[in-house]
Amino acid sequence: MKWAIVAAIVVATVLGDLLQSHEMKRAGEQSVSARGFTRLLHTIAQRRLLILGIACNAVSFFAFMALVQTEPLSFAVPASSASFVLETLLAKFVLHERLSPKRIVGAVAVLAGVVLVGG
Amino acid sequence: MNRREFTSAPALKTYSVLLLFLALKAAGNSSMAWGMKQVPEKMSLDPVLYLRAMLNPFVALGIAALILALLTRMALLSLADLSFVLPVTAVGYVIAVFLGKVFLHETVTDQRWLGTLLIFAGAALVGSTPRKDAQ
Repeated sequence: MKWAIVAAIVVATVLGDLLQSHEMKRAGEQSVSARGFTRLLHTIAQRRLLILGIACNAVSFFAFMALVQTEPLSFAVPASSASFVLETLLAKFVLHERLSPKRIVGAVAVLAGVVLVGG
Repeated sequence: MNRREFTSAPALKTYSVLLLFLALKAAGNSSMAWGMKQVPEKMSLDPVLYLRAMLNPFVALGIAALILALLTRMALLSLADLSFVLPVTAVGYVIAVFLGKVFLHETVTDQRWLGTLLIFAGAALVGSTPRKDAQ
């Protein structure tokens, strides 16, 4: 069960980041002034995928709440780092980015770490 | 960030914001974990359970700290590059395990420590990879 919740956290986190990054880039540069903030809210309301991205973040957060209810914090926090592994896989196979050796080594180390933390 | 910038005023501000972020994140996670373990109903897919869990003061405090952490991280990203922020904030994994052991009295095996250190190193490596969309 704990791995199912970890998987939910990881998938929701990565999907949320991906959708937000994609939509915010299409929306153009945002500012942090009072008027900029109103425009940001407007942008959020207009872009469905952005709302979906924010919803993904909410799912990820609630799943983390559920995870720390039954599992120790010393498992929950490190285990959620598996998002680095999924991000790297998506970068390679969906976005067709060229991965640096450093990034591959890092992702493998994180994966090994998650397995050890859960054992 | 090079060595000369390390002691300059902007760098000092960056490190202060970084410390604030790590502290808020660690405190938020610990408080939420502590509070959630006091909530009697087990979480499921029912959203009402989560809203009711937020009535626990430790959960509420945790969420407040995590929201502040999120805002602090945004401020940090405005001061420093993502390729600096991601590796340095990876130390948060080690801090979380440490707090779990000390404050929440969790048993942390050698295997879990080793896993955490691997994650720390791995996350730092992945995070320090320059990306064209970093900013």
